[in-house]
Amino acid sequence: MNASLDLVLQHPGIWRGDQLAQATGETLSTGFAELDEQLPGGGWARGALTEILLEREGIGELRLLLPALASVSKQSEWQAWVSPPHVPYAPALSGAGVNLKQLLVARPQTPADAWWTTEQALRSGACSAVLAWLSAPDEKRMRRLQLGAETGHAWGVLFRSASAAQERSTASLRLLLEATSNGLAVHILKRRGGQVNKPVLLSLHQNNGVRQARPSAPSLSVVPSLRAVSRN
Amino acid sequence: MFWLAIHFPALPLEIYSRGVAVPEPIAVIERHGNRSRVKACNEAADAGGVLVGMPVSAAQALLTNLVVRSRDMAAELESLEGLASWAGNYTPAVSLQPPDGLLIEIGSCLSLHRGFKNLIAQMRHGLNEMGYSASLACATTPHAAWLLALAGQEVAIRDPAKLETVLGELSVRLLDQSQDTLASLEMLGAHTLGECLSFPRAGMARRFGQSLLDEMDRALGRLPEAREFFLPPPSFTRRLELPSLVNESEALLFASRLLLLELEGCLNLRQAGVQEFELVCHHEDMPETVVKVGFAQPTRALERMLLLLRETLGRTRLCAPVHTIVLNASRIQEIELANLDLFQDNAETGDGNLLLERLRIRLGKEAVFSIAPAADHRPELAWRPCEAGDESKPAGKQQRPLWLLPKPMPCRKERLELQSGPERIESGWWDGMDVVRDYYVAQGRNGSRLWVFRERSSGAWFVHGLFA
Repeated sequence: MNASLDLVLQHPGIWRGDQLAQATGETLSTGFAELDEQLPGGGWARGALTEILLEREGIGELRLLLPALASVSKQSEWQAWVSPPHVPYAPALSGAGVNLKQLLVARPQTPADAWWTTEQALRSGACSAVLAWLSAPDEKRMRRLQLGAETGHAWGVLFRSASAAQERSTASLRLLLEATSNGLAVHILKRRGGQVNKPVLLSLHQNNGVRQARPSAPSLSVVPSLRAVSRN
Repeated sequence: MFWLAIHFPALPLEIYSRGVAVPEPIAVIERHGNRSRVKACNEAADAGGVLVGMPVSAAQALLTNLVVRSRDMAAELESLEGLASWAGNYTPAVSLQPPDGLLIEIGSCLSLHRGFKNLIAQMRHGLNEMGYSASLACATTPHAAWLLALAGQEVAIRDPAKLETVLGELSVRLLDQSQDTLASLEMLGAHTLGECLSFPRAGMARRFGQSLLDEMDRALGRLPEAREFFLPPPSFTRRLELPSLVNESEALLFASRLLLLELEGCLNLRQAGVQEFELVCHHEDMPETVVKVGFAQPTRALERMLLLLRETLGRTRLCAPVHTIVLNASRIQEIELANLDLFQDNAETGDGNLLLERLRIRLGKEAVFSIAPAADHRPELAWRPCEAGDESKPAGKQQRPLWLLPKPMPCRKERLELQSGPERIESGWWDGMDVVRDYYVAQGRNGSRLWVFRERSSGAWFVHGLFA
């Protein structure tokens, strides 16, 4: 192949239709080998936004993130939770290996303050992971968060309702979570790289509840889509 | 030993006017018996013909708009102590030379500040920033350095053998001796130290007493000089009168910086930090405004204090112009600094504590916190909000949900599919918040996993958490 074409293809912003993009920065392993395989760079991307869309709470959205959050806190890095909808329960988090000493919970009064807090946390460079439950998103605000995540080299996670699946978003990774009888189905709506048509099925409550710090071998399988998920 | 002497020739004036160019002529007067004479005056007064030593009535006759302030020795000493605190940023070996000088041993801190030139440049810059004029001189003995600084000779004498020649040219008037001694020395024809030194010692001692010889010997390093080093008091209060009324936070910040520099030095001298400080802004005819700044961890970094003060001031409304500011740091506590990593460059990673402090300024103290497990069997009391960085005990091994609902939500048993349990929790009969419940893990109809309980007194079912 042409040498200069090779050079162009090494650019992280360019990928071929049948392969994953290379990650622009560092990634954090999700702790689930099958999901890692499907994500560019093999994990959650730092310096970028991840959107997690869910139909209802309590289907495993936090357990999906726990291995990565635990590994963040093992390296004694900070994480921030902005406007969580319920009380993040300290005994469970601590039992899952999350270092609570470096976890900040912020409860801003107004949506504008919540967006500001998220941006500050992302931008500060102090937080490796920033989890945010925000309302009233618009393109400008999302763009600011995206820039903040790039500046602070942070992994930004936004939780939104599944109804936002049709909306445009600047997040580099968008996942739609769906509870099924076999476990949690993770539909990858958007990623850098080719489209995926099959959801990744993760079995989260194998050990009947909260998993310990790092699962040795979570059971995983790729199954045909159980539900037609509209993609844009 | 290598000593730096700093002489502040205009200190009596600068306690009133430092940091700003005051356009009107100003003179500081000092009482001698029942006559007041000008001790110092600014350029405007100088241009008008006012001379140091002139009777105040003559000066006022020359310039009708002359502002006359009487000399305030206590304020001068306070300023000098502030300067000594500031010098603590460079070395702990700072000694006061009242009423208008500092003696600083810099031989041991030269490599820390990357060489003599660098250190002197930094100190000059700092003095300029704070608005003091000063003359700096260095020598191998403190007294020689002081005499050189008094004479305004900004030199550095590193070779003890050269001391005698350099000092020999200085006027005897600089010596710390009585006026009579100095006058009779001059009558003998000794106008310089060199001439003084050429006289026979025995005769000098008989005529003027031992103290003159001792002073010259100390300067030349023939007699040792023990200097007491300055240790700042355990709490910090400094007052700064602003030269004009200030309304804007930027200008207030500029003035506060002068005081924060001193606070930083004071903390460096004590190897301590502050967790909070307050800036009291005094208004005319109005109660003062108190601006409080708090930190997550005790700190002594100037940049950090400034940053948080800037943000706090930006969110404070001043009800009236400010004429005086007072910086209070009542609780100075010792801190242990973490060692720097030799191989890792920590500059890139941000500081979580700083983020916490900044968020708190805008969102309020209660809105940003950390969480920790608490030793209680009742689920709602088994966690508590706490300060970030607080040590916490690891929780037990029981199965607990990641989300806890702040208030249990009633639910219908028929909609649940119980998976494990019960876990009986009975506790708290002693404080009125007793709990008598059986907890189960249940699968909701819509796929969410719930932590539910049955209240044993009523048999009612509630959802208390989500295994999110």
